[in-house]
Amino acid sequence: MKIGRRGFLSFVIGGAAGTALSPLPWKMMDDSSIWTQMWPWTPVPEDGEASYVNSVCTLCSGHCGITVRKIDNRAVKIEGMKGHPVNNGGMCLLGLSGLQLLYGPMRVKTPLKRTGKRGQGQWKKISWNDAVSEVVEKLRDIRSEGNPQTVGFISGSDRGTVSRLFDRFLTAYGSPNFMRMPSVRDSYELTQYLMQGVQALPGFDFENADFIVSFGSGIIDGWGSPVRMSRVHSAWQSADVKVIQIEPRLSNTAAKSDKWIPINPGTEAALAMGLAHVIVKESLYDAAFVKNYVEGFFDWKNRVIDKYNPDTVASITGIDRGTIVVLARGFANASKPLAVCGRGNGTTPVSLDECMAVNALNALVGNINKKGGVWAVSEPNYINWPEIEMDAKAAAGLQHERLDGAGSKTYPFTRYLLPRLPETIDSGEKFPLQALFVSGANPLYTHPDTRAVRNAFDKIPLVVSFSSYMDETAQNADLILPNHVYLERYEDVPTPAGMIQPVIGLSRPVVAPQFDTRHVGDVVIQMAKGLGGSVAKTFPWDSYDSCLKETLGDLWNFLMEEGFWSNTGAMPPFFGTSYETASGKFELINKDTGSIPQFKPVSIEGDEKDYPLLLIPYDSIRLACGFIGDPPFVMKTVEDSVLKGKDVFVELNPKTARNQGLREGQRVVLTTPKGKAEVKVHLFEGIMPGLVALPRGLGHTAWDEYLAGKGINFNALIGPVEDPDSGLDAAWGIRAKLEKA
Amino acid sequence: MKEGRTHKKFQKFGMVIDLDKCTGCGSCMVACMAENNVPFRKDESNKLLSITWMRVYKLTNGMPFPKIDVCYLPRPCMQCEGQHEGHSPCVSVCPAIATDYSMESGIVSQIYTRCFGCRYCMASCPYHARYFNWWDPIWPDGMEKYLSPNVSPRMRGVVEKCSFCFHRYQLAKDRAFMEGRPELQEDEYQTACTQACPAGAITFGDLNNPKHTVSKMAEPDPKHSGRPKNPNAFRLLERLGTNPKVYYLSSREWVRRAGDNYLKNEKKVKKPVHHG
Repeated sequence: MKIGRRGFLSFVIGGAAGTALSPLPWKMMDDSSIWTQMWPWTPVPEDGEASYVNSVCTLCSGHCGITVRKIDNRAVKIEGMKGHPVNNGGMCLLGLSGLQLLYGPMRVKTPLKRTGKRGQGQWKKISWNDAVSEVVEKLRDIRSEGNPQTVGFISGSDRGTVSRLFDRFLTAYGSPNFMRMPSVRDSYELTQYLMQGVQALPGFDFENADFIVSFGSGIIDGWGSPVRMSRVHSAWQSADVKVIQIEPRLSNTAAKSDKWIPINPGTEAALAMGLAHVIVKESLYDAAFVKNYVEGFFDWKNRVIDKYNPDTVASITGIDRGTIVVLARGFANASKPLAVCGRGNGTTPVSLDECMAVNALNALVGNINKKGGVWAVSEPNYINWPEIEMDAKAAAGLQHERLDGAGSKTYPFTRYLLPRLPETIDSGEKFPLQALFVSGANPLYTHPDTRAVRNAFDKIPLVVSFSSYMDETAQNADLILPNHVYLERYEDVPTPAGMIQPVIGLSRPVVAPQFDTRHVGDVVIQMAKGLGGSVAKTFPWDSYDSCLKETLGDLWNFLMEEGFWSNTGAMPPFFGTSYETASGKFELINKDTGSIPQFKPVSIEGDEKDYPLLLIPYDSIRLACGFIGDPPFVMKTVEDSVLKGKDVFVELNPKTARNQGLREGQRVVLTTPKGKAEVKVHLFEGIMPGLVALPRGLGHTAWDEYLAGKGINFNALIGPVEDPDSGLDAAWGIRAKLEKA
Repeated sequence: MKEGRTHKKFQKFGMVIDLDKCTGCGSCMVACMAENNVPFRKDESNKLLSITWMRVYKLTNGMPFPKIDVCYLPRPCMQCEGQHEGHSPCVSVCPAIATDYSMESGIVSQIYTRCFGCRYCMASCPYHARYFNWWDPIWPDGMEKYLSPNVSPRMRGVVEKCSFCFHRYQLAKDRAFMEGRPELQEDEYQTACTQACPAGAITFGDLNNPKHTVSKMAEPDPKHSGRPKNPNAFRLLERLGTNPKVYYLSSREWVRRAGDNYLKNEKKVKKPVHHG
């Protein structure tokens, strides 16, 4: 058949018209839209039976109750536990993203042994038996050489059975070097010990206070138990409680307070003394309390009147005289005033002067151990283990002084001084530390002057990390013995930070361990058993779970059922008899040490000529800066005025920027005596001129690709400043300069 | 089920956010992401591309140091009702009926498999509450385990937005139906952000039900398409007439004023009367 032109055209046109009239094109369009959307790699979550498990979140010291929603054996959502005394259903953003830590790529999946150089990230998998026996062998060698004191342990906490097992292990082994991560609790503990003679937890009855003076405490920026503080903050809004925030930068807490008073950084103690001056001079103090329960008032009073008149204080703090006087009167005349300190989220200590001055303010208005005041909360006493058996080697080892100098002649009453450790290691003595264990802590990231800390760590022959995640410390360890994450393990969780009522929570496995990890409690028990002798005898338990069950006794069943135990009717220790000082009173002047509430400037590093600006850190609840780094969800909440791409912004007052010739978004080099880094400029009216503020929590070199390599670690730019009275790190900033990049 | 058969009175779910209580912590954002299988990427600092059904904005009063003030404002989907029911900006423009207004609940839906990604709704939404999936959602190996079966993960090429946790409404309704109850209790259906907020700043409930806390707090005026009678309450871009179902409370005037656009010479908003 011959196809002519006419025939061809009618065939093509007819065919096209026919196809257009048929459902085919529409069907194909529909199909293509389905095909382009129904890709097999878009996951379809499997359905199953829903259930809930109650547990406790241990990602910070806030210890919220959590209810985890499960579908079959998968955990799909973490929610706050209703009725829990800390959070009653509320939950912070870090706790809400806990499942990203459980199932995340940053987990260490099996025990790892380093093969390359330290920090190179070359590992080989080893079995648990090999890993534990390797550690045991090393420990046995150190001990047989008669150097048990050269073994140290850094722990995120010193409370609860797990931390107590670490401590017990070291004692039985013969080392005094158990170290807790620093926080403002160190300052409070020491202050309470010196002024009240008690070793207790600082508790704050915020719920019943009606006039809050906060010396830079980030009440809603992560200080204390963050969800409890949020709840308290909301209650204050309804009850018309006055909140005065004193700090150089407009934090969220400052923005939400009734009054923000900008202060020259590091002069908080001077202001506290100035307030005391007005209160004493105008006789606004609680005369009955001072007369009956305070020792050393008159000596102190004369010093206060003499040295801290409002004009002097005004020139130190940069706050005008009138404001100081009005604040002092407001504080003293309120029915339940409360003063609190600990900058930002409270993970760094303050100088002893500052903490004592703030505590003295509370004493002046008589709110120590009273409703709406500051309490010395005693720890729930449920851990009663048999005496530690000590052989001659252990006894000899324990004779040595602690490496960090805590409890030494210079700092007799400070309990832990971890920031001093790098210096001791560096000071030349041959291997003062031969083995170091790290659990629930990430000192290579969180310690000031990270480079020095890393150099010090490099001199320790064996570093063992118990981290569940590949954090900076784990990355630079020789062995990683990964712990279960908090959603896979049992652990008792005692009273949350800053609470006045004793609470014991039980963290329990929500899901089975996802990887070849092991409970750190079990590993310690196995290490002890491996060492044999008196060390093994000190650990009569087969496993951590049986140890915990035995320790809790009747409480175990209660906790398994309820999830937490709390003494809701907790009463403050009666304020008249709760002092265990030499005089039996609240001591404004401690006669043994001569400690007295006063102001001495903390001399920070750098001189003004080379470094015209002051660098201070700031904390945001959206940036976790402790041993946990931000999971991907939390990173999503970080504003683009804080982090853009890989660049972090420093905050500058527009005035400062103008003087330095800088503009918004400009790339600059930030230099301090400790290091330099490239950052970008963000202009912010909420910061005092002359200051530069950098957020903490960024600049990770480890963790996952969602967090690592973004921004700068504040701790790389600052070093510790030793408080001469306590040995604690009292640095509040460092001198700095900015130059165009 | 035909509308109106079991629910004689229509519900109008809405939200009141107390900006005095809001601390700007961002828990609502994360609670929402965890509840609704929201994806994430390596770099989330370009906020135009970052999918956040709930987003907390930082507002400042623009004053110099030290008078500057900051306030945070969480922004979910406003679930606009428009001037007559269902005339939301996005619903009226969607060519695929991928987004629709539910008369029963007052919630603006988003049906991913119908959406073909023209993004007309995004252009029409004055609140930037809608987000486009420019990429496939990818969870790192193993992390897919936490995905909730109650919310389908979205694919590349579709628009998504806050649904007031509609799946929670469905679950609560199912439960009530099984128990033979025609109506839901106030606390039976709450969004994930409301539940998680540590400050208790978010309140959720039926604006048509005068007994619900949201109605008592915002006091919506039905004669003026829901405009709040509470002098401390305001809605975002009130004057656009979108009739949103999210109300904000603030005792600060500059914050309330930041909720809408004003001409330079326009008079200040009337001073609110303080109660209590």
